[in-house]
Amino acid sequence: MNKKVDIVMEAAFKISDLPLGFTAKPGTTRKFKTGDWRSARPVLDRAKCVYCGFCYIYCPDGVYRDMGAEKYYQVDLDYCKGCGICAHECPKKCIQMIIEEV
Amino acid sequence: MSSINSTKPVGIEVSLAIAEAVKLAEVEVVAAYPITPQTHIVEHLSDLVANGELNAEYVPVESEHSALSACIGSSAAGARTFTSTSSQGLMLMAEIVFIAPMLRMPIVMAVANRAISGPLNIWNDHSDVMSIRDCGWIQIFAETGQEATDLSIIAFRIAEDKNVMMPLILNLDGFTLSHFIEPIIFPEADKVKKFLPPYETSHKLDLNNPLSFGLLGGPEVYTEARRDTDLALLNSRSHVQRIFDEFAGAFGRQYRLVETYKTEGAETIIVTIGSISETAMSAVDEMRAVGEKVGLIHIRLWRPFPVVEFRAAVAGAKNLAVVDRHISMGFPEGPVGTEVRALMYHEKERPRISNYVLGLGGRDVTRNHFKYIVEQVKSLGADKRQGGYEMVGVLE
Repeated sequence: MNKKVDIVMEAAFKISDLPLGFTAKPGTTRKFKTGDWRSARPVLDRAKCVYCGFCYIYCPDGVYRDMGAEKYYQVDLDYCKGCGICAHECPKKCIQMIIEEV
Repeated sequence: MSSINSTKPVGIEVSLAIAEAVKLAEVEVVAAYPITPQTHIVEHLSDLVANGELNAEYVPVESEHSALSACIGSSAAGARTFTSTSSQGLMLMAEIVFIAPMLRMPIVMAVANRAISGPLNIWNDHSDVMSIRDCGWIQIFAETGQEATDLSIIAFRIAEDKNVMMPLILNLDGFTLSHFIEPIIFPEADKVKKFLPPYETSHKLDLNNPLSFGLLGGPEVYTEARRDTDLALLNSRSHVQRIFDEFAGAFGRQYRLVETYKTEGAETIIVTIGSISETAMSAVDEMRAVGEKVGLIHIRLWRPFPVVEFRAAVAGAKNLAVVDRHISMGFPEGPVGTEVRALMYHEKERPRISNYVLGLGGRDVTRNHFKYIVEQVKSLGADKRQGGYEMVGVLE
């Protein structure tokens, strides 16, 4: 390789480290946070929330967690893609989509 | 029709012979779409399964796209897997064709090479397979019914080899091979069993060792993943020849990555792929008989391209006349012509390279076509670099 010119090296894996057939053990998203390209985040107003569970049921990524005794559902922002379905479906309109700042 | 059990030559349609060979290979799953442009290959396999002569799962799917998708699933489950397609079928399948090599699924697919639309035409040429040239499969061409039969068995051995693990396309010319009756010697079943043991792999879907297949590969790894597949394909070259040699040891019929015919002392070498090589051999015989210094090279292994073997085979020739059966629209040459030229460009002793496109959409290729090509090469000017390009016999 000619070192006189710097090129951006984006490669994260060596070819020799790739598994046969580009497979992976299950559960890779535990390591890779998949919510980092979200452009808006859901923010819950707990004062209005009636703990109906619509956000939990409708979330296409299953990233709402039942907080049990605290009587609300909390979004996991490591994985939320910001689709806004929870805010749209919320019968009490207590979820707001807030634009993510860069 | 019942199954073949004979070591003497049998007169049989080549499509049926391939199906019989696939049966000898004890394939476990066949998934295919049975409608035109299909061949009798999968039709006969369906018979064999229905009659209880072949203990395999036959999956009649609703499209060629689904056929190869089902094959990937079956191969990922660890089963020896076969399908067959042709022409528009391969076009519809194309999306999945490019995925199988990355997944390292050793599927074998017979492609009866036929034209693609339009105009609507399913006669023989190489338009279908040349359109997916860069797909990453091992690609081998058979020239006769015997070769197609032998290579159908060899194909599984190559694809499933632990050092290879790549899908393999066995090309045979549509109609001129697939629908012709030829005398064929079938390899003995017990010898095939020895040559091709059952497919066993740990690279599969397994409840005790779960794996995800078909992952996303973003910009940070896509380049490496593609190169990995490319390296695997390139690496298969020597194993293909090793397995050809093992087949020769067991069955007495020897295949080579690049086949040569009367190239010793040849000033002009014709380069062909597929069944027209047989016609070209007859033409070479006739031209040699009247003193023409002409020979023939037929490329058997198209991918990975046998670069070293090819260069060695053409060494000393003054002219190469490369025949293409596919038109590369918008470029003044066919794909085989372009590749041969690129391969020879940096050679010290570089032959003059000419390219002739013929035999499109089922148009006949006769011995005279090759004599005509040699005449054209001989009439080129003194400039060694100026080769010809012609669509032979086109009415303008």
